[in-house]
Amino acid sequence: MKKKIKEIEYSTDQFESALGDSNSEKYILRLYIAGMTPKSIRAISNLKTICEDHLKGRYDLEVIDLYQNPQLATGEQIIAAPTLIKKLPLPLRRIIGDLSGTERLLVGLDLKKT
Amino acid sequence: MKKANDQPKQNDLPKSLTGIQGLDEITGGGLPKGRPTLICGNAGCGKTLLAMEFLVRGATQYNEPGVFMAFEETEKELTANVASLGFDLDKLTAKKMLLLEHIHIERSEIEETGEYDLEGLLIRINLAIDSIGAKRLVLDTIESLFGGLPNTLILRAELRRLFRFLKEKGVTVIITGERGDEMLTRQGLEEYVSDCVIMLDHRVTEQTSTRRLRVVKYRGSAHGTNEYPFLIDETGFSVLPVTSVGLNHSVTTDRISSGIPRLDTMLSGKGYYRGSSVLVSGTAGTGKSSLAAHFAFAACKRGERVLYFALEESPQQIIRNMRSIGIDNEQWVKNGLMKFHSNRPTFIGLESYLTLMHKVINEFKPEVVIIDPISSFIVGTNDFEAKSMIMRMVDFLKMNTITGFFTSLTGANSELEHTQINISSLIDTWMILRDIEIGGERNRGLHILKSRGMAHSNQIREYILTDNGAELLDVYVGPDGVLTGSARISKEAQEYSEQLSRQQETERKKLALERKRKAMVAKISELQEEFEAESIETLNMIYLEEERNKAFLLQQRDMAMSRKADTD
Repeated sequence: MKKKIKEIEYSTDQFESALGDSNSEKYILRLYIAGMTPKSIRAISNLKTICEDHLKGRYDLEVIDLYQNPQLATGEQIIAAPTLIKKLPLPLRRIIGDLSGTERLLVGLDLKKT
Repeated sequence: MKKANDQPKQNDLPKSLTGIQGLDEITGGGLPKGRPTLICGNAGCGKTLLAMEFLVRGATQYNEPGVFMAFEETEKELTANVASLGFDLDKLTAKKMLLLEHIHIERSEIEETGEYDLEGLLIRINLAIDSIGAKRLVLDTIESLFGGLPNTLILRAELRRLFRFLKEKGVTVIITGERGDEMLTRQGLEEYVSDCVIMLDHRVTEQTSTRRLRVVKYRGSAHGTNEYPFLIDETGFSVLPVTSVGLNHSVTTDRISSGIPRLDTMLSGKGYYRGSSVLVSGTAGTGKSSLAAHFAFAACKRGERVLYFALEESPQQIIRNMRSIGIDNEQWVKNGLMKFHSNRPTFIGLESYLTLMHKVINEFKPEVVIIDPISSFIVGTNDFEAKSMIMRMVDFLKMNTITGFFTSLTGANSELEHTQINISSLIDTWMILRDIEIGGERNRGLHILKSRGMAHSNQIREYILTDNGAELLDVYVGPDGVLTGSARISKEAQEYSEQLSRQQETERKKLALERKRKAMVAKISELQEEFEAESIETLNMIYLEEERNKAFLLQQRDMAMSRKADTD
């Protein structure tokens, strides 16, 4: 786990220097979960770690339980749970799953080039 | 045996009527209620439409609200697409009888990291069903999930869960799926849906397309297993099972004239039965259309409506040509009793053409329908389709007590008593027009091959087209065989002269006899006169003799007295 985090830090440095301006962009993230299942809990903690590591101070994260607000599933075109929607910066992106694949999550959040 | 027959009735599955013409008959009452049904087929074969009609009919006819989950089209697109079929989705949506929901899956927007489930989809479906109290649900097409979500392991497990959930929910579900290469569907959806599978097909043979439907499987229920052609038109979906029509159309004993007095005479004096099907077949140029025109004219004259499907000629051409034999059908077209419909059936495909005919017939409500010629339904090797189409056409006409008059072109080399589509068994009255070739000329002959339910003439008549319409004449049947045309005329002339000379001979003999009789009479009277003259003379002489005798006696008595004779 530690080794992985180190890798991430290393790569983060690399892409941050490459990204330049975009570092200052504000991230609006919505995480939709279906009840507090183990998957949901994993997703929340994974996301929080990433945000704290990479987007500290410039992200707005909201966790929404679809059971409480089922109509949001329709409105937001959600089919899978958990689903993370990156509303800003554009392009809009959906990341589904418990967000355990950090690499893919970073790619999905445009924090890392593929 | 009896038990086995009774059992399925008792345990009959609860079914949900589709309201789609013909489909309920094939499935014996609709789709399995509260269970999923899979509809699979190639692109463009009408899956979405069938599913949509199931919902629309459910909402309008059976008061069952329905939800349509569209994975491929948006609500707007769907509404626009089915508006052409007469479904007003906006109205149904406003009445809360229908809910359209587009499920947007865009592969490029989705990133997978780790485990997930389709709870979001389930929540949406659940919400949609509960919000209008839906009894019916369509998922069109759930296979799009496979395109959007690469992890098929999760997907398959989740689909299983979804269908379990739907079954518990008790909604009747239609799932559509693209047809796969070896499987019924590309993603093997049939694995999850095992209650009822319907396959749609859109086949193109000889450049014309035919849509077909088949119930592949229907667990726990008897169903029609054939492939049934179906149509999609302005009124939606209609399956036309050949067998569904049944053979119980009402019949009448009403008879209608064929338009040719002599032909009526051949048909036991009264013409065709109303509501029967009449076929005229013959080789090219034998006057099939003329017979049709006569019949049409006669029907219009009775004030009946005639619908004329001209499959090879334009209406103007037919009217012009028929005027040459003295039939003016234009007047009926003008006053609305006759309607022409000119179209090549191959242009839109047989099935579509059949629908078109059904539609036009339902609109115009004719008493007589003429199809000229039915042989043009055959293109290449689609005999079977053409036959089943005509069979359905005939049944349809009979059900509505419409008299059908069909012409059929017989190929030059084929047998006369053989229609190209083998529909003779469907036909009630079949007349054959034939060429009779004698003495270097061709003449037309007509005979009735069969006419169900009436005593008909079994003779061949010569069929002549004159300026005043078609006429039927007796052919010459004599020691030289059947003669027609000028051969008949010359033979008739020859016979006439022979007869004439025979007549003269008789006349002469009669005169001679008369003369003899007269001579005899004259002789008799001469003899009589002679006899009379002689008899007078003789009588005179007898009288004189007697007088003389008397005088002699008187003289003797006087003499005796004078002599004082004592005698006396």
